[in-house]
Amino acid sequence: MALLKQLALGAGLAALLSTAAQAELTGKVIGFSQIGSESGWRAAETSVTKSEAEKRGVELKFADAQQKQENQIKAIRGFIAQGVDAILVAPVVSTGWDEVLTEAQEAGIPVVLLDRGIDASQDLYLTSVASDQVKEGRVAGEWLVSAVGGKPCNVVELQGTVGSSPAINRKQGFEEGIAGAANITLTRSQTGDFTRAKGKEVMEGFLKAEGGGASICAVYAHNDDMAVGAIQAIKDAGLKPGSDILVVSIDAVPDIFAAMVAGEANATVELTPNMAGPAFDALDAYLNDGTVPEKFIITESKLYTPADNPQGEYDSRKGLGY
Amino acid sequence: MTRPTIELRPAHEPPGPRPKTLAEALVRPQFIALATVLLVNWLLFPGFFSITWQDGRLFGSLIDVLNRAAPVAILAIGMTAVIATKGVDLSVGAVMAIAGAVAAAMVVAGWPAGLAVAAALAVGLVCGLWNGVLVTLLDIQPIIATLVLMVAGRGLAQLVTEGSIVTFADPVLIFIGTGSVLGLPTPVAIALLLMTGAALLVRRTALGLLIEAVGVNRSAARFAGIRSSALLLVVYAFAGLCAAISGLIVAGDIRGADANNAGLWLELDAILAVVIGGTSLLGGRFSIPMSVVGALIIQAMNTGILISGFSPEFNLVVKSGVIITILILQSPLAASILQNRRMKRGRT
Amino acid sequence: MQAAEGRPVLEARGIVKIFGQHTALGGVDFELKPGEVHALLGENGAGKSTLIKILTGAYQPDHGEMLLDGVPVSFRDPLQAQGHGIGTVYQEVNLLPNRSVAENLFLGRQPTRFGLIRRREIEARARRLLADYGLEIDVRADLSDYSVAVQQIVAIARAVELSGKVLVLDEPTASLDRNEVERLFDVVRKLKARGLGIVFITHFLGQVFELCDRVTILRNGRKIATQSLQGLSATDVVRMMLGKDVAFDHHPTGVADARRGAARVTFRNLGRKGSVAPVTLSVHEGEVVGVAGLLGSGRTEVARLMFGVDAADSGEILVDGTPVTIRNPAQAVAAGFGFCPEDRKIDGIFGELSVRENIIIALQAKLGWFRALNREDQVELAGRHAEALDIRAASPDMPVKLLSGGNQQKVILARWLAIDPSFLILDEPTRGIDVGAHAEIVRTINRLREDGLALFAISSELEEVVAYSNRVVVMRDREMVAELSGAAVAPDAIVQAIAETPAPEAQP
Repeated sequence: MALLKQLALGAGLAALLSTAAQAELTGKVIGFSQIGSESGWRAAETSVTKSEAEKRGVELKFADAQQKQENQIKAIRGFIAQGVDAILVAPVVSTGWDEVLTEAQEAGIPVVLLDRGIDASQDLYLTSVASDQVKEGRVAGEWLVSAVGGKPCNVVELQGTVGSSPAINRKQGFEEGIAGAANITLTRSQTGDFTRAKGKEVMEGFLKAEGGGASICAVYAHNDDMAVGAIQAIKDAGLKPGSDILVVSIDAVPDIFAAMVAGEANATVELTPNMAGPAFDALDAYLNDGTVPEKFIITESKLYTPADNPQGEYDSRKGLGY
Repeated sequence: MTRPTIELRPAHEPPGPRPKTLAEALVRPQFIALATVLLVNWLLFPGFFSITWQDGRLFGSLIDVLNRAAPVAILAIGMTAVIATKGVDLSVGAVMAIAGAVAAAMVVAGWPAGLAVAAALAVGLVCGLWNGVLVTLLDIQPIIATLVLMVAGRGLAQLVTEGSIVTFADPVLIFIGTGSVLGLPTPVAIALLLMTGAALLVRRTALGLLIEAVGVNRSAARFAGIRSSALLLVVYAFAGLCAAISGLIVAGDIRGADANNAGLWLELDAILAVVIGGTSLLGGRFSIPMSVVGALIIQAMNTGILISGFSPEFNLVVKSGVIITILILQSPLAASILQNRRMKRGRT
Repeated sequence: MQAAEGRPVLEARGIVKIFGQHTALGGVDFELKPGEVHALLGENGAGKSTLIKILTGAYQPDHGEMLLDGVPVSFRDPLQAQGHGIGTVYQEVNLLPNRSVAENLFLGRQPTRFGLIRRREIEARARRLLADYGLEIDVRADLSDYSVAVQQIVAIARAVELSGKVLVLDEPTASLDRNEVERLFDVVRKLKARGLGIVFITHFLGQVFELCDRVTILRNGRKIATQSLQGLSATDVVRMMLGKDVAFDHHPTGVADARRGAARVTFRNLGRKGSVAPVTLSVHEGEVVGVAGLLGSGRTEVARLMFGVDAADSGEILVDGTPVTIRNPAQAVAAGFGFCPEDRKIDGIFGELSVRENIIIALQAKLGWFRALNREDQVELAGRHAEALDIRAASPDMPVKLLSGGNQQKVILARWLAIDPSFLILDEPTRGIDVGAHAEIVRTINRLREDGLALFAISSELEEVVAYSNRVVVMRDREMVAELSGAAVAPDAIVQAIAETPAPEAQP
């Protein structure tokens, strides 16, 4: 450690900060209680977390809860017993955490929430790293406003599962994003359950109901999987997705980049699977000099378009387990 | 075995599932329901019945209904036989996911499509046999026996796909999902072929009667010398095979195997289709074509909701309302009221 | 054993119970005195269990009255009967196996203090109570830890505690071994000495004579007799249970020993452990072998072995001298066997299927899955057999469940005749059938015999057995104990054979 610091002293200031920061987590033991592997994104989050840990020399103890809170609580107790330096939790539900988090607090182990929030006192965790779902929708809406210019545009929406928080928030954000543009109208909105198959089926119905698609200018999907289904429906109807009908969606999974490469998708907003990176950074600062991070770390909602090297993005994401 | 020819039924006899005249056949509640749903769709969307020829295939909302109904219809064909034996197969949705995953993983790994399809069908058959063994040899109640695979099957599929959607570009698999045969979408052609084949098989051979006998009274079937265990094995294996075909279709449709969502809850739609089609969950009399009609009713309703422009929060309410109505129309009470009115009309 | 004297503790007068068209009890009287053990005997369908259910409140009689200690009573349900002092213990112990003995004894009326169950007090009381029954066991252990006999005694103790006047024991010894039966009898005798009236139901005649003071015999919903067992012989009892009064002596004409040529079917040492002792028997062409024996004697079990319903673990079966394997009914049907089972509804009829389908189903099963009978053949077959047996149905396409019991039985007969059988087993072919159809079935059986069929017919009605059998085998205690043929086929001789030295051993 000391040697590393000395070496770092020789380097420039910026380099000093970054390498020293990363070096300080080396050898730390961090437990990660993951929800499970219910979606491709979740699998990517797991693999990114593992690679981020490896990059920083962190010894990551991984526990898959298989969608059960009791498993997560067991895993966290296990981490406490092993005396880990910190714990990452992607909570499966929002309630019932007070007891086990108090145990962690009493053991002096900082806890970072990933991806989802909980209903518990904010004192019980160090910070929470999550995306802003409303913002994701807003970024997609704002992109559409700028993409169509002032031309009139009828948009159809493929919602996520009725009542789920990403569906509610991404719908709200999108509507905020297009609120200022009178030329953009949301004409149809139906649920595609976040799945490719339902996305295709619903889009098929929209196309029939809207004169074979002639009156549809764009489709907004709450996730990329539904967008990929919608793209196939548009093609089956004899139209060109990406030009006849614009396609904008959220998540940035590899297959939407493949569609961009083919010119069939126009924009996606990233829900980064890298929740662990910011979490490790925050832990690093906290463990080394006691810097208390912000309570809510919001990940970037980055917009990707065909101008952002979709092929490169596809290749770099393909191996993440999406 | 063939359907009875036209002859008069004694008045005291309760109406059974077998039609006696063409007119009577057409006033079945299922046909009335289907016609009503289609009519409502037409009112909501005037272009509903328009069918055009485009890119060498039929194109239109009605074709969409057929196409989208195909996976559930195919499940329902297998499910009908299972339910006729007084069983139920909850695992078909999960088997769809497994079959799709196996086929996708194989073509992605470079295996020829024909082999991948054969392997997927074989896996479906094995899953069905597994259910059959639990039900017959171990004598586990069908709902519990098939629950095992319903839960574990999706996990197996996720193991095959490693949790992600396995996307493929294989033309054969894509043809199964989205191609066309003589202008009809391939899934529709497959469903039609399977329905006709299965209906002929059970009615031209003794299978239909023997299945009904086992469903009505398994103990009496044993005493009558029917090898009911073998029959049940075949029936469950057939349901597994149908599920695998369905799984190939939905995977081909989206050009990918989605282990998490493929076939999710479709077992319930299939059971519903069978029940709407008039086959009792208590086993016995069954009709494969009527179960397919049941699947069409469900899908016509789904498509109607899609094109209606209602907000999605209403989907389930509308659907359950329509289903309740159909089931009430089909109930013995409604049947007896209907018959009384007919008899009164006959007298005056 | 002397029957106690005095006013009856429980009396039933003119009890009538009708189910649909079937009269289960047609005006039955019953009387139980305090301090007596009263056996209630009768074959299946005699009305025994209906009477018990009425006495214990499970059914309400359509007519008639019941008096408890001379006061008219009527019970809404068994709980109310219990409250009035009538307790019942069934063969299958009706308690909670995973609760302790003490809890079972006081379930539903635990002594409590401030709403809390007083465990120690319960346990002490349970120990005291069971000591009266000669049971010294750990009352805290689960009931299921103990043998059926102990559970039986716990159930009796509970019933007596709750009721205290009348105890009904419904086949309590069916699954007990000899020592356990002794132990149970000691308990019963103690209770008798305490002045309880006890109704005892069993299939074991020996136990009746060993334990009981009086006997009431039912047959076909009527009381045949209530008598002191003193001076009564087992033969008398069997005769009353099976015969039409004592006045049957005619041997139907034309049924002589008719063993012609070689045997059609031969069973050699056919048996199954715990079910039937090995049986050796041949049935010839044109011959009816009748089976007589009380309920539980093993008569149905033999038929089930012959037809492969239960797999035999010893012996062999020959058809026309050639050994055949029969391990399931499908193999039996393939060998040309038919079987009209005792319980038509459960094992025979496909209620929702049509009369026609019910008739052709066995032939179709024999032909296999792919050689389907076409509709014309079905109609012809069903029509021919329906006519031959005079099956009265509005249409061959109507569901068979709408037919009367007699017609349903004929449909099942027709089903087997349709396969052109070489050997036909009939288990209680006239059970639950009205008088007219009864005679018809008997005539049909005679005709089938004359047509050269080999038949094996089980019946608890002696006249019926005599009316169509060339030979009669007698079963007792799951063993074939006698074979009568020729002039010996007569009700009296059969009764004698059934009653002879009732085995002292209770069967497991």
